[in-house]
Amino acid sequence: MIDNHIVATVLVHLFTALAQLLLPKKTVPQMILSIAGCLLSFLLALALFMKVYSGGILTMNAANWDAPFGIVFVADLFSSTMVLLTSVAALAVSIFSAVGVGRARMLFGYFPIFHFLIMGLNGAFLTGDIFNLYVWFEVVIISSFVLLTLGGRIPQLEGAVKYMAMNILASMFFLTGIGILYGITGSLNMADLSLKIAQVEDRSVVNLTAIFFLVGFGIKSAVFPLYFWLPSSYHTPPSAVAAVFGGLLTKLGLYALFRCFTLLFVPDDFAQTVFIIIACATILTGAFGALIRTNIRRVLSYLIVCHIGFVVGGLGLCSKTALLGAVFYLIHDIIVKTNLFLIAGLIRQLRGTMNMGKLGGIYAEYPKISLLIAIVLFSLVGIPPLSGFWPKIYLIEAALMSKSYAFTASVILGSFITLFVVAKLWSEVFWKDAVVDEVIVDNFKPLKTGRKFLMILPIGILASTSLFIGLNAEFIIQVADRIANEMIDTTPYTSAVLGNK
Amino acid sequence: MKSPILQSASRYLLPILLLFSVFLLLRGHYYPGGGFVGGLVAAIAFVLHSFAFGTAESMKMLKYKPSAIIPVGLIVAAIAMFLPVLFGLPVMTGLWIEEPIPVVGMIGSALLFDIGVYLVVIGVVLTILFTISLETH
Repeated sequence: MIDNHIVATVLVHLFTALAQLLLPKKTVPQMILSIAGCLLSFLLALALFMKVYSGGILTMNAANWDAPFGIVFVADLFSSTMVLLTSVAALAVSIFSAVGVGRARMLFGYFPIFHFLIMGLNGAFLTGDIFNLYVWFEVVIISSFVLLTLGGRIPQLEGAVKYMAMNILASMFFLTGIGILYGITGSLNMADLSLKIAQVEDRSVVNLTAIFFLVGFGIKSAVFPLYFWLPSSYHTPPSAVAAVFGGLLTKLGLYALFRCFTLLFVPDDFAQTVFIIIACATILTGAFGALIRTNIRRVLSYLIVCHIGFVVGGLGLCSKTALLGAVFYLIHDIIVKTNLFLIAGLIRQLRGTMNMGKLGGIYAEYPKISLLIAIVLFSLVGIPPLSGFWPKIYLIEAALMSKSYAFTASVILGSFITLFVVAKLWSEVFWKDAVVDEVIVDNFKPLKTGRKFLMILPIGILASTSLFIGLNAEFIIQVADRIANEMIDTTPYTSAVLGNK
Repeated sequence: MKSPILQSASRYLLPILLLFSVFLLLRGHYYPGGGFVGGLVAAIAFVLHSFAFGTAESMKMLKYKPSAIIPVGLIVAAIAMFLPVLFGLPVMTGLWIEEPIPVVGMIGSALLFDIGVYLVVIGVVLTILFTISLETH
């Protein structure tokens, strides 16, 4: 059965970007096209998710070439969930961009590049071919360079250089790994590779390749000790851009890590220990980094690093409960992190600064907005029954079951520090009286009601998604449980791609 | 560099190079050539013209800004990719006309894709080179 539905979200973003390129300098039509495109792709992603949830794995052979030879697009539950989350986040960011991004940036092609980025993300989640995955990574990276440097302020360029250097290095590692893999197995199709790698006799070459992939994806997903590019670049671009980066780009690295280390390489005891150590170190460095920062977006950047550790640890424990927890955490994290960066943008609009010391008194002035933000902050911390609570329970349970006490301690400590940081953020920014000798630059109040609504709406959408994840946890656990099963038993994946062999 | 030799030479070379670039474009699917190389050769033709007559003159001859060619090329390539979907085939499947056309040969959606690449390459190369040469003057 030929099913072009799998790549529909990719095509929608491609054609949206192309239509916008035909309308240069016309920012309002571009804006409308962008929101319409994101809405359409959200509906398509939802339909795809439903289809995969009820009907199982879907595949599509691009250009009608059969499976191990051509490029296959595969929608299993993991990828279709990621595509769905990406579409929700993209929809929110595109609405926020209408107000949150300056006109000068829009004139330089902000919207088309944004859609190329989202197209790249969707493609990377859906592809079943390891080299094609690399190509999608490149699409994402090139678009993100442009988004990061649009505007051309000096701190932006400085951040972009670090970002670019590390990511190109990561791509080189990834590409070298693919080269070796192709050399030893003669295949690039991931399902085919997973069968062929198991038959390779020289395990040392396989382990070496695994290390290339680990380093490559490790840099991209910002794990210890390769995370330092993230906090030094994510605070520079406009908040809408930072939201896509913080919510989705590092998660793409994590997705690839999960895909490779469950399908291609099955981690042995040593690799599991390495993952656990990396995870603990990532959690701790991220958490302590977040403690001492005062700029909101820098704090958030370190929190991203900290929480990536949770997910990597889940992969390291490699039991079913741990994978379930990690996947659930990934689902929760994409939505919350995107939202937090949007909130940082809103705070900047309200007060003209993101320095916690200079902020204050927002609760007194905007109580409703503050309460909305409180929901997001609480779900980040994981106050039951909000979304951050459930995955941590599973992760801690899994860690205790496999007697990995260091990881248990790190998760608990990381959660407490997150709580402390968030409490500090709340009291400094919202509760504290406004700092007296600071001149408040409120760019929010003079906005028209419609534009105010466009700024609050995306935060509301994402906050209600977080609420949905938290309050409807049973359903999400079911989804995450099936994803974890797919990760442990990969035969459905391989037989769906290669036919029954 | 306004040399009369270069000027009269480039006046003849421009159409010949453009013709050669189309030849490379059409030859591309089975033999060495294709949209990328063809696009580069076509871009060189215009660059040569701009050496002889100045960048401003070449821009005037082109009528459109080179950066406006890029989205057109991208759309042509995207249509070539999307066309099979309308016939109920997977994305990017090659569609071919049954009978070969005289001179040109077999025509398929791959040619459309190559034309898209051709246009994008011309647009990108000319945008970069004209921007640099206008900045330095």
